[in-house]
Amino acid sequence: MPKVTVDGQEVVVPDGATVLQACELAGKEIPRFCYHERLSIAGNCRMCLVEVKPGPPKPQASCALPATEGQEIRTDTPMVKTAREGVMEFLLINHPLDCPICDQGGECDLQDQAMAYGRGGTRYHENKRAVTSKNMGPLIKTIMTRCIHCTRCVRFSEEIAGVDEIGALYRGEDMQITTYLEQAAKHELSANVIDLCPVGALTSGPYAYESRPWELKKTLGIDVSDAVGANIRIDSRGREVLRVLPRINDDVNEEWISDKARYQVDGLTRRRLDRVFIRRSGKLAEASWDEAFKAIAKAHKSSGPGASIAAIAGDMVDCETMFAAKALLKASGSSLMESRQTGMDYDVSNLAAVNFNSTFAGIEEAQAILIIGSHVRWEAPLVNVRLRKAVKRGAKVFVVGPEWDTTYKAEFLGTDLSVLNKLPASVTDAFKAAEKSAVILGAAGFAAGAHEAALGVAGKLKAEFNALHTAAARMGALMLGFAQKGGIADIVAAKPKVVLALGADEVDWSAFGDSLKVYSGHHGDKGAHAADIVLPASAYTEKAGTYVSTEGRVQMADKAIFAPGDAREDWTILRALADALGVNVGFDSFGELRAAMVAEVPALGDEGMIADYGALPAAPKGVKAAGEIAAYPIKDFYLTNPIARASTVMQQCSAELLHGDALKEAAE
Amino acid sequence: MAGRHIAPDTPELRARWGGWTFTDANREKADWHIKKYPEGRQKSAVMPLLDLAQRQVGEETDTQGWLPLPVIEYVADYLDMPVIRVLEVATFYMMYNLVPVGKFHVQVCGTTPCMLRGSDAIIEACKARGMRFGEVSADGLWTLTEVECMGNCATAPMVQINDGNYEDLTPERLNAVLDALATGEQPKEGTQEPGRHTSEPAGGPTTLKEMVDANHDYRSAW
Repeated sequence: MPKVTVDGQEVVVPDGATVLQACELAGKEIPRFCYHERLSIAGNCRMCLVEVKPGPPKPQASCALPATEGQEIRTDTPMVKTAREGVMEFLLINHPLDCPICDQGGECDLQDQAMAYGRGGTRYHENKRAVTSKNMGPLIKTIMTRCIHCTRCVRFSEEIAGVDEIGALYRGEDMQITTYLEQAAKHELSANVIDLCPVGALTSGPYAYESRPWELKKTLGIDVSDAVGANIRIDSRGREVLRVLPRINDDVNEEWISDKARYQVDGLTRRRLDRVFIRRSGKLAEASWDEAFKAIAKAHKSSGPGASIAAIAGDMVDCETMFAAKALLKASGSSLMESRQTGMDYDVSNLAAVNFNSTFAGIEEAQAILIIGSHVRWEAPLVNVRLRKAVKRGAKVFVVGPEWDTTYKAEFLGTDLSVLNKLPASVTDAFKAAEKSAVILGAAGFAAGAHEAALGVAGKLKAEFNALHTAAARMGALMLGFAQKGGIADIVAAKPKVVLALGADEVDWSAFGDSLKVYSGHHGDKGAHAADIVLPASAYTEKAGTYVSTEGRVQMADKAIFAPGDAREDWTILRALADALGVNVGFDSFGELRAAMVAEVPALGDEGMIADYGALPAAPKGVKAAGEIAAYPIKDFYLTNPIARASTVMQQCSAELLHGDALKEAAE
Repeated sequence: MAGRHIAPDTPELRARWGGWTFTDANREKADWHIKKYPEGRQKSAVMPLLDLAQRQVGEETDTQGWLPLPVIEYVADYLDMPVIRVLEVATFYMMYNLVPVGKFHVQVCGTTPCMLRGSDAIIEACKARGMRFGEVSADGLWTLTEVECMGNCATAPMVQINDGNYEDLTPERLNAVLDALATGEQPKEGTQEPGRHTSEPAGGPTTLKEMVDANHDYRSAW
């Protein structure tokens, strides 16, 4: 723990810290372009110059200089200021003065730091360098003349994403950042380089020329495109969400989000349900709320009390919506609730057995990891980043399931689940040697019924058990009791008169032939197609809500914009429906609803905390794994939910990045 | 430097160079280079391998050789490294040719010492023979490139032609070298100044003169 002096102030810094970090600890702001906390140190922008004694009598790049005992660091001398001004002048020599038409304007590191270190005018009278812009795919727009060669994007793609696709070609003044032969960046996290770019060289393609940052209302939200619960900032103007950016949360998403989380939002304005519809002689026709509620009440009354109404929660609904539905069902005397839309029926009597117990940050420390039936890169790209970090620290990863490109070294054990009964020696040895190890059961593993077998394997290997869900609503739903013993089949067997589909689009609705199917959701997707009554509700950006991630972390999102047309917040629809059905749910406002929810499930009130599900159940004995994981449930990363399916950007990504080669072949 | 670019990725290029592999002799050399580095660090051998590849392409095309994209991809594959990383190396160093060159790649040094000693006249002499920067001459023999300092400042001006340096040039001496090369002869490499051996001072030593014939103790003169 060296002790250094920064501008006369003594600070003790951790071992291995750099001078830049020491300055930050002392509260000094050091300008920088190439340095980034989560990337390796490049030291090529030279903006972070400081004076360090003992050392050569010249400014030093603080980002690449280790802090050592007794250093005297000065960040406020005229020499430091002059040196930084010199660096800034060199950077601006070839940087175009196009801030007025640059999308980075207003949130540009170069612009901000030029305010402090830039000259009023230029002394450079030669020709400026011009670089052709490069194709990097549908998401990243490039204006490479603006590039200052910090190489953050190169380091991100190599170190974090694990796909070496961006590189710096040529040298010196001719250096150019590009992908190989200008192929599109094919990675689920590729758009994070837009945030990393300190200038306007890499900007957001879909958001190009849409807005200025200061025009946007910033709302804190939670991403619902997967079950990681990435912290996002929703930037909106008027009634439209213009973009989504990541928020920093070291425990969850660090500072990355997947391309789907970032770019599905244009789907929020397309294919929206903004009116009430009732199916009349086979066709959905516009109707009023009153008519719809009356029709539901009529169907409900036509049977006796009890199992006359059921609720199926979709993958993206918030806990409040589900609780409101639960309260409505309870008041009507029903408990037919399910959230596992595709018919899975794993045991949920102990939620620790369906939770990601290692936590995302914790999985980085695992030394042996067995993945059962999970295409982690598509099911939870941010978890894959963590796994990659673990491998970089020396972890061994084994996967049961069809092969996929892991971005790190992993051993595939085949698709036959019976391999779990007698694991190869390489696996057992790795787990025996590991101090911390983990078993991850993914969507395909659940679907193949490997839950008990996976618990058994985790017990046998003395590894932490982790369930990796794909639905943002799943853990919250399970906490609220949205699960039947036999899954959806139990609800089908109960033959309810009314089925409330809360944004449920993946259900096989043909099994509910006799029921009145009421779809309350935001997109005209599969659920609405099958519905008898469509009630327009809000998407995740249009309502406040609580979400529980697959690691059991309870997080709350705020409302960014109003829902379009006649659409209402989900809980208000269910509250109004309660009146129509003549029952009392016990809340009249969102505050009362949330209070009632927290009273019933106290863990849902602890924002930001991981819910305590208690100890894992004893590993079931004598369970034999059988069957095969033939394929993963996610067939197309970019089109997994109704919002993404409605999004033109996601459709374009799917077409170009996933099926681009096939399209090209067809054209030839 | 400027104007350096990668040969476009065309179907013709793929047809000509797709499926290119090292010859057995070169594969042996490549593996020898790879073995110099610890297990798993085979990427360190990227530069010698690119050079081997360029020389093999040169033998196949009877030129100095260059690196078509399929060849770069082959080297990347051979070293199990991302192709963009290999391309970064290949584009960084001037010694790797990214476009086809002639049989003789005339690299004229134009950095300050050579320029002061008359490299402009050397370039003019080259141009007078029909060479143009970055182009292969019509007979396929010559490619002219201006390069930065080659470290022969004491014998400036100089050109490097393929693997040989020709120093102390005048337009006449250069023409003699080029004529010899064109007729298939191998001119003397190194300095072209009569009586000069390597880079010793022209016209005899200017310092430490007493040391020429026998050892001399200069300490008393300090």
